Amino acid sequence: MLEFVVPALNLKAILPQLILALTALTVLLVDVFAGKDGKTSLGGLSLIGVVAALVTLFLSRGDFESAYAGMLAVDGFGFFITLIICLVALLSILVAISYEKVCPEIRSGEFYSLLLFAAFGMSFMGSASNLIMIFVALETMSISIYVLAGFKRDNLKSIESALKYFLLGAFASGFLLFGFALIYGAAGTLDIVKLGSFFTAHPDLLHQPLVMGGVALMTVGFGFKIAMFPFHMWTPDVYEGAPSVVTGFMATGVKAAAFAALVRVFFVAFAALQTDWTTIMWIAALLTMTVGNLIAISQTNIKRMLAYSSIAHAGYLLIGFVVGSEIARSAILFYLLGYAFANIGAFAVISAMGSKGEEYNELSDFQGVGFKYPMLGLTMSIFLFSMAGIPPAAGFMGKFFIFSEAIKAGYVWLAIFGVINSVISLYYYLGVIVRMYFKDPEREISIAAPAGTLVAALSLAAFGVLQMGIFPSYVWDLARASAKMLM
Amino acid sequence: MLRDYVPVMLMMLVGAGFGVVAVVLSSALGPKRRSRVKKETYECGMTTQGATYAPTPIKYYVVALLFLVFDLECVFMYPWAVHYKSLGVFGFVEMVIFMVVLFVCYVYVWKKGALEWE
Repeated sequence: MLEFVVPALNLKAILPQLILALTALTVLLVDVFAGKDGKTSLGGLSLIGVVAALVTLFLSRGDFESAYAGMLAVDGFGFFITLIICLVALLSILVAISYEKVCPEIRSGEFYSLLLFAAFGMSFMGSASNLIMIFVALETMSISIYVLAGFKRDNLKSIESALKYFLLGAFASGFLLFGFALIYGAAGTLDIVKLGSFFTAHPDLLHQPLVMGGVALMTVGFGFKIAMFPFHMWTPDVYEGAPSVVTGFMATGVKAAAFAALVRVFFVAFAALQTDWTTIMWIAALLTMTVGNLIAISQTNIKRMLAYSSIAHAGYLLIGFVVGSEIARSAILFYLLGYAFANIGAFAVISAMGSKGEEYNELSDFQGVGFKYPMLGLTMSIFLFSMAGIPPAAGFMGKFFIFSEAIKAGYVWLAIFGVINSVISLYYYLGVIVRMYFKDPEREISIAAPAGTLVAALSLAAFGVLQMGIFPSYVWDLARASAKMLM
Repeated sequence: MLRDYVPVMLMMLVGAGFGVVAVVLSSALGPKRRSRVKKETYECGMTTQGATYAPTPIKYYVVALLFLVFDLECVFMYPWAVHYKSLGVFGFVEMVIFMVVLFVCYVYVWKKGALEWE
């Protein structure tokens, strides 16, 4: 019988994630034991958990290299992704507390604990160093989000959104898992670092069908999660039907987590194959941003418009992925954080545009909002400027880092297409701002004054966007240091 | 390298072959006596009354799901029990953590009333 060796656990290395999971369990228990009054404290309790996770994340930074016998890489890259995820969860919970008025269903322990479990899965996806761990984290994240998308139980669109996301997501998970199986068949290991050294040591094995098939299937699986063309079809329907706060959460969190796993797998495990997948990703990046931007122009529903815009942003991020240098990876991290602030902020404004049970998601509903609700109008303009890439917002710096690195690495055409796409996207982003400030409302809409938590979320997101745009050096240095430590 | 998978391939062939052979043989060898009664949906048992398409109460799904969860808990306990001695304190603590998490869910399910039938 094999002698059992106790693996090095380093529980302290995953303390932030542990806190997220424990908070989620506590929220569940508080929900069933506390009465009606207890339900109002669920959001606050989750907030405390996320803030504690953020604090421990910074305190334990750089203390460890790996945890759970190499299943998790506790490196800078994982740190930065966990930072993004925690901020996304923090903002989403703040928005959710005020969104309870519009959508009373979410005032429940299940909502907050699922959100925390999803954040837990996302953060593990960013630091998973084993293909099985990636899959487990992906499923923890996805299953929570399938349920969150359908949280408005008596709303047909919400159910449609959850069902579509579930069916297609399960299918994509199958592709991913089959890809893992083929890679395991070829290399005999699931550890990402070992896979990398195996393929470097055996260049003759690289082009056998088993490996190529595995890489292709994994591209499909990850491509689905980041909404890469041609696996983006689910995005508009799912984003439109899900409750606005959930849409913001999944548009940013899922994208960050899936991008992190994609970068880690392709740059560490398949580094030897880089010349092969770069060509495919080049085309995918170009088509993803072009398709996203062109279809976004013709949308009349703001959630669908932002869904297509999120596809376009996946395209910009893929440019950084194609370039693949260390600076480009830092640029991806920087861009992900800036995009997270702007997108969650925009969805926070959208979630505020509603009163009991009714939401105003049509673009025409935004007419005149700028003067009627100055706070919403101003912050929405900041977020849209950031997504369009206009200085002094975070989106501009993110695009600047990605495009300038693309030109340095010789991908001039890709950078040119990226800039052209940014110009196209200006049309629909500015269209919203024009409607908010220069057009008279078509119909009377009455929305409740923004609650304190919503104001906090909006200010935090706007602060993040402006801080990263005007003084980018702090976050950029953090991203540079983080990308260096990709194991 | 691929030779290692020959037993797996064999197993798949035998498995698929068994299914095909069983179906083909029984339809080729079995006697066929057709009658009206045999064509009915439920040859044995009660004649159906009313609409046959009726939604199943969601309670069944909940119970099935809960059964699955706690059944899986047992599945995880077997290998632990077999290797109890060699896993030692470490295994015990890990198992307790696993069961505590499930216990929290159990309390949640109980208090939510998912175990009540009426």
